[in-house]
Amino acid sequence: MDATPAIELRGLGRRHGERWALDDVSVSVPAGATLVVFGPNGAGKSTLLRVLATLLRPHAGDATVLGEALPAREWAVRGKVGLLAHEALLYRDLTARENLRFHARLHRIAQARVEELLERMQLAGRADDPVRTLSKGLLQRVAVCRAVLHDPPLLLLDEPRANLDPAAAELIEPLIGRGSGRTRVVTSHDPAGGLAEADLALGLRDGRVALSARSGEVDAAAVEELYR
Amino acid sequence: MSGPATPRDAGPLTGGAAGHDGAAVAAAGAAAPRPHADRRPMRPAVALLRKDLLLERRSPEAIPAMLLFSVTTFVLFHFGLGRDTVSGQLAAGVLTVTILFAAILGINRLFVSEQEEGGFDGVLLAPIDRTALFVAKAAALFSFLALVEVATVAAFALLLLGPSPWPALPGLILILALLDGALALVGTLVSALAIRTRARDLIVPIVALPLLVPALIAAARGAAPLLAAGGAGSIPTKWLAMLALYDLVFGLLAYAVFDFLLED
Repeated sequence: MDATPAIELRGLGRRHGERWALDDVSVSVPAGATLVVFGPNGAGKSTLLRVLATLLRPHAGDATVLGEALPAREWAVRGKVGLLAHEALLYRDLTARENLRFHARLHRIAQARVEELLERMQLAGRADDPVRTLSKGLLQRVAVCRAVLHDPPLLLLDEPRANLDPAAAELIEPLIGRGSGRTRVVTSHDPAGGLAEADLALGLRDGRVALSARSGEVDAAAVEELYR
Repeated sequence: MSGPATPRDAGPLTGGAAGHDGAAVAAAGAAAPRPHADRRPMRPAVALLRKDLLLERRSPEAIPAMLLFSVTTFVLFHFGLGRDTVSGQLAAGVLTVTILFAAILGINRLFVSEQEEGGFDGVLLAPIDRTALFVAKAAALFSFLALVEVATVAAFALLLLGPSPWPALPGLILILALLDGALALVGTLVSALAIRTRARDLIVPIVALPLLVPALIAAARGAAPLLAAGGAGSIPTKWLAMLALYDLVFGLLAYAVFDFLLED
């Protein structure tokens, strides 16, 4: 694990209207580490991922991602981030192959990479079906392909194993799991499972940091407190 | 069992709270130059345009809606005006106003597929100059309008137009192409402005129609001599030049501001 921070947040704030969805959030994530973010619904987990992905601008504090200050140099971060959100970020009327080829063109990636990922995700048989006809699990697999298509050094994963059966979860592990070697920010509602893959744990409640620790310094019971 | 830690603990995750400093963030964003990861917008623009055309071909929405609206409007004008045929300024007005209102339907739908289908964020995450998105959307709208007008002008000639359309056709194509340019440029800007608002369907006509008044005047005045009862006259170059100037001004304006419209 590289000691250089891949993510450095100091007093980060982000409003939705008058409400602070993120308020005074500070965290430092070394390159190659996994930060798991816990918190009940509405705690600000997805907002944090969208800020890190440059889809939302911070309204307060300092944010540095992959050595680039946000929002001033957000353009330099785009293309280096893979976002797996609640929505698949795919066009429903296009096939899986068409969606991935479209993103490959935007990222200037060789089309062979699309075929390689479809094979690895065991999607070749359904690659020419519109994604609206795919089950949630298959859709999530296509979304994983999209997120890692350009081999990003930073992965932002919003409950990445939602809708996946155990076999599919195992299938995506080499691409987005700890073994991928990428810096990862993962949201989770599973205290034990989340801590098992975390180097660092961050708990949010009402947009504020309610817990921050190395994974070995916190247990599942402390995380469960966030949800009470 | 470990108790919850707080950011004030200066634990391993925190770099110290900096507090809210919105002004500093805003200043950083405003002062920095706005370069892009890829300054060649044409290649991604082509990819985006191909995707939009493919989506419209696979599940047609904008084109059938604009076409049906146009033909229905001609029928309504037919009965509303109580006339079998129109010519001159009246014909030019009926044609251009109908195209303008039909275009509003297409403008309303322009970014909807991005939002509803969830692909928009994926595009925004790509390392592309966002001008590419503007170019692609404007080109898509221009293409849709051009396709619709092939049928619309034919329907207009059959249902309402008195004089033969054939002598007027070359001049009419030129004027409609310039009008489509105006509709595509302004429409893409307004659609991008409206897409993040809840009142999208209201904002598009309220903002776009006043902006398009000069283009409508120029197109209607330019087309009037072409559709005159006594046979097609020559195109007034003054109105053509005004339409071309309008397109140029809004093209430059769009290039300058489109990036900002996409910011949250």
